[in-house]
Amino acid sequence: MTAKERILSRIRTAAVPREDYFRTETPVQPASIDLFCERVADYRAIVHRVSQDEVSATLNRICEGRRCLVAADFEFVIEGAIADAGFTHAELVDFETTITSCAVGIAESGTIVLDAGQGQGRRAITLIPDHHVCIIRADQVVSSLEEGLERVMVTRPLTFISGPSATSDIELVRVEGVHGPRKLEVLVVKA
Amino acid sequence: MSGGGIRPATSFTSAARETLKNRTLRANLGFATRTICAKRERVVDEIEDWQATRSAGAALKDHALANLEENLLLLEKQVEAAGGTVHWAATAQEAVEIVAKIARSHRISEVVKVKSITSDEIELNDSLKKQGIEAIETDLAELICQLADDSPSHILVPAIHKNREEIRQLFATKLGVEIESSEPHRLAEVARLHLREKFLTAKMAVSGANFAVASTGSIGIVESEGNGRMCLTLPDILVTIMGIEKVLPEWSDVATLMRLLPRSSTAERMNPYTSVWTGVTPGDGPQEFHLILLDNGRTNVLDDPVGRQTLRCIRCSACLNVCPVYQRVGGHAYGSVYPGPIGAILTPQLLAMADENANTLPFASSMCGACYEACPVKINIPEVLAYLRGKTHKQPVELAAFQVAYWVMSDSRRFSAALRGKRIGASVASMFGLVKGWTDSREMPEVPAESFRDWWRKRDR
Amino acid sequence: MKIQLFITCLNDALFPRTGVATTEILERLGHTVEFDPRQTCCGQMHLNSGYTDEALKLAESWLDVFEGAECIVSPSGSCVANVREMFAHMGEWTQTPGLVERAQAMDGKLFELSEFLLKFGGVEELQPYFPHRVTYHPTCHGARALGLSDSPEKLLRLVEGLEFIELDQKWQCCGFGGTFSVKNADTSTAMLEDKCATIWDSEAEYCVAIDNSCLMHIGGGLKKQGKAPKVIHLAEVLASRRPE
Repeated sequence: MTAKERILSRIRTAAVPREDYFRTETPVQPASIDLFCERVADYRAIVHRVSQDEVSATLNRICEGRRCLVAADFEFVIEGAIADAGFTHAELVDFETTITSCAVGIAESGTIVLDAGQGQGRRAITLIPDHHVCIIRADQVVSSLEEGLERVMVTRPLTFISGPSATSDIELVRVEGVHGPRKLEVLVVKA
Repeated sequence: MSGGGIRPATSFTSAARETLKNRTLRANLGFATRTICAKRERVVDEIEDWQATRSAGAALKDHALANLEENLLLLEKQVEAAGGTVHWAATAQEAVEIVAKIARSHRISEVVKVKSITSDEIELNDSLKKQGIEAIETDLAELICQLADDSPSHILVPAIHKNREEIRQLFATKLGVEIESSEPHRLAEVARLHLREKFLTAKMAVSGANFAVASTGSIGIVESEGNGRMCLTLPDILVTIMGIEKVLPEWSDVATLMRLLPRSSTAERMNPYTSVWTGVTPGDGPQEFHLILLDNGRTNVLDDPVGRQTLRCIRCSACLNVCPVYQRVGGHAYGSVYPGPIGAILTPQLLAMADENANTLPFASSMCGACYEACPVKINIPEVLAYLRGKTHKQPVELAAFQVAYWVMSDSRRFSAALRGKRIGASVASMFGLVKGWTDSREMPEVPAESFRDWWRKRDR
Repeated sequence: MKIQLFITCLNDALFPRTGVATTEILERLGHTVEFDPRQTCCGQMHLNSGYTDEALKLAESWLDVFEGAECIVSPSGSCVANVREMFAHMGEWTQTPGLVERAQAMDGKLFELSEFLLKFGGVEELQPYFPHRVTYHPTCHGARALGLSDSPEKLLRLVEGLEFIELDQKWQCCGFGGTFSVKNADTSTAMLEDKCATIWDSEAEYCVAIDNSCLMHIGGGLKKQGKAPKVIHLAEVLASRRPE
């Protein structure tokens, strides 16, 4: 018998009784942008609330003097920013900042989710540079985790981000910044 | 002491006797667990109906386990459809062999690891080393344990037993870097620089999994530091070892899990990073993905109608933090990579209740119930502890004492006679086991002149 | 109300004063108190030590004795929890016909003493008097398994002359745990030391609880360490009166 057959036959022998199971419909609730911003900031990420007109100027200000990377299909124009041209990991080390959009924001937990969609690029570009700037439109913010999961393309690589990288491994003291970007800025664009 | 595994080398009683002597350990643990328990209460109180959320978690996991075969087969199909390869491992040895074979086939002698208790369970690092493959731990606490040649003592914070000064000295000796301060942020910085090079050059990564979704073939890793993202994104090859009980049926089920896990684990609303991937994605991340589905005793647990609730466990470690026994003896006393209350029920069951030392673990509890109260998936740990105690072999002397006590208590005339007059003192001492183990640290209670029933009888007249 | 006392084997043998106090309280509140001498032990000790078969038989005998009663009161949170929770569990584990139903039929009939007093009231009328500094240790089975939390403290606050002091780290187990206290005596002692330290630091004269098993352990520890605070069951505090 193969390992697979052995395992499956043991599962069958266990004969765990099945009971009815119902998944409750998630009520769609209006998301609170204030709550989202508050909870993102709680993780010591920097939150900017801007209007559509202010996006480019704000991004230019954040990126000024920094070597800046954007996804190849990023929708905003930033002076001096370089579009991802399939750089090697070693080449990505030379970038200080990456700017991306995201798929959804979840107010309940203060989370942004990247699903490799428009303007988000591949995972490595938001991982190696030490500073991640993420843009989210107010209408991309949902209230609950359930609603957030519905809005992403699950079969693409997903990254749920709730604040900058952190560890509490030493005496349970929280330290921001270990391997992932040590600085996270989120631009929330008003509707 | 490195590696791990689940087979305790001694009984809990004697292991605990040793670890209790270490006052620094007790102080480190006491401080750390108190801190995290207080934080946990704050984020749990924030949820409108935490009890309902716990019940939802329990129901979800029970549902997933009741349909385990279908879930695993669907998961296999979906992972393979997305370009991954699925392997099945009935034992630890089989799992290790699969990992080694993959590494060998690519002539790889060094792999980076995401923290994975499952890999510690199967003693992956030591086994790979014997085959000439170096496994490098990248989680800060696992790195500390690896450098110290020490085994993890906590599911979430494997180096919880070490304080900052101990870690500073360890880094100075093992990494050869002079560190002027033992501030945690400085120590984290040292780890960052040390591991960066490894991440950028690693060809192969090994991870565990916090969950898998059968309907989509997606795997999820929950972490804080970003070492997980590094390992899951940068190498060419990724091997994930997952216990079969981690599979969930639907993508939407992940919401329930993620509402419970970070709060119970790191006491946060959400952990900094959760990565989810499905097979391989051209141009993004590893281009070769292997999923190893591990049994290693889990089907023993599934087979027991009472014990099977143990498989709901999502490895949050809330039960460790609240446990008064764990707080004092530390993780090493449990002799398994699964310490604390969950370890006390999981370890012996994984070993089919056939390991004498592991069978002492269900007795490593005062039955205070704090673990059950904290468990996000409502595993009734005290119930399972009591149940498993009944499955252990008893020492003849103890057995005889309990049979005598039963003989007395099973008959009210015998019981009344035992409590009469001068006999009461000796009867009571033997009946309630108030012997040497008791009087070392406690005085005997004063024996009353008459029992309650004698008082009642006289009064009734 | 006609109340059947579930005195528990430990109280019967070692702490009859608690039983006497319980009887006195209930009678002064106007209830008719009965004691069925056929009762022995609910089987908790055997269950807790892994002797499930014996525990099961003791559970069935317990039900034989108490099933007919309309109301049962016990001065032990732990033993009440054993009946309320573990009887049904044992019924499920062993598939013993009828045991789950018989155990569930005790719901609403069986009360731990403080639970009974808080539900039906009247403690003020007893005019309890206990002129001492007192702290309260919420024993685990009462607080968690019965869900009483620290509600018995409310009763202590009704006692005249009593100065109540909140116990630091009160939710921490004292380390008794039945067979645990002997089988894992070192660990139990480590827990006991911390509990005794917080009681000592509270500067209370008495530590009160609703379980004599835990109190026997705590009291034995305090005495061994030569520390002053004494232990006393809640029933005895509530039964205390101003001297005539």
